[in-house]
Amino acid sequence: MHEYSVVQAMFDQIEAKALERRAIAVRRVRVRIGRAAGVDVALLRTAYDTFRAHTICENAPLDVDEVAERWTCPAGHGDIVPGRRLVCVTCNRPARLVEGDEIVLEQLELEVP
Amino acid sequence: MCDSCGCGDPDIVPVTVHERILANNDRAARHNREHFHDHHVTVINLMGSPGSGKTAVLEATARLLGPSARLGVLVGDLATDNDARRVRAAGIDAEAITTGSACHLDAEMVHRGLHRLSWRDLDYLFIENVGNLVCPAVYDLGQDVNVVALSVTEGEDKPLKYPIIFRKADLVLLTKIDLLPALKDVDVARIEENLSLVMPRPTMIPVSATAGQGIELWVRWLRGIGHPHGSPCATAAGHP
Repeated sequence: MHEYSVVQAMFDQIEAKALERRAIAVRRVRVRIGRAAGVDVALLRTAYDTFRAHTICENAPLDVDEVAERWTCPAGHGDIVPGRRLVCVTCNRPARLVEGDEIVLEQLELEVP
Repeated sequence: MCDSCGCGDPDIVPVTVHERILANNDRAARHNREHFHDHHVTVINLMGSPGSGKTAVLEATARLLGPSARLGVLVGDLATDNDARRVRAAGIDAEAITTGSACHLDAEMVHRGLHRLSWRDLDYLFIENVGNLVCPAVYDLGQDVNVVALSVTEGEDKPLKYPIIFRKADLVLLTKIDLLPALKDVDVARIEENLSLVMPRPTMIPVSATAGQGIELWVRWLRGIGHPHGSPCATAAGHP
């Protein structure tokens, strides 16, 4: 259940951004979570809903953009399908993960007086 | 404040952040890594399920590598310092990091643990992570390499069920291989095949910490990591 500590770290970031902008509330939070990032989106939502009561995010819905896992050949021979051996069938080089491990706070909507 | 119509409502301002949520942990990990680099300490993040044999591997490592290299261990556990005491009994300086309810170590916990361990003169610092195949994979600690201990009793499909921790591993130690004769259904080749589906550079060393099998190869792998902060993946690929 590291999703709780991920959400705690996210709240620290959000509070810092809100303070910078002198915001009085957060109206929306958008994050990008890769499917190969090791973060369970349902648990992340549960953790967010648990923590947000009585915080600056109390009325801010959480939008999650999930990012599919994408592996490519580092020599440019194209994508490698997950679920098969993670090497390029053309040059035998180990595949590189180019998308899908994101744990990113993407955007906030802040209420500024 | 909205001044387009004079209603006095607050403005809603979109702010693009685009920052890693674990940026603070990443910063703490970089800080740890700089310390390790400055003092030429090679750091191994040893992960695996509870009971996969992580502590036994460290005990066996102490027997073979201890006489010629300075070793230290930080041991993460939810409760007790039992594993730290076991490692100390094997002759390695060790400190426990008791995490309470936390299911993983993070870089800040490791940093605080370092304050209690004489780590600056070490050749190798092992960080025995909390027994768990999910959460530890997400947190950088400042290590040079990730090693996952997978015991033969855990089932051939563990790499497929927990792909992320294996994807991040530079090496998998297949532990407790002395039990294989009693496990008729366990096929080591199938474990290797499953690792190749989740690890871009699948590297596995079968070991038995109690019988000593494979420990020499493991120690050779450790010696090949390179000081300081070479290219552990390239080194791993060169091993048999």
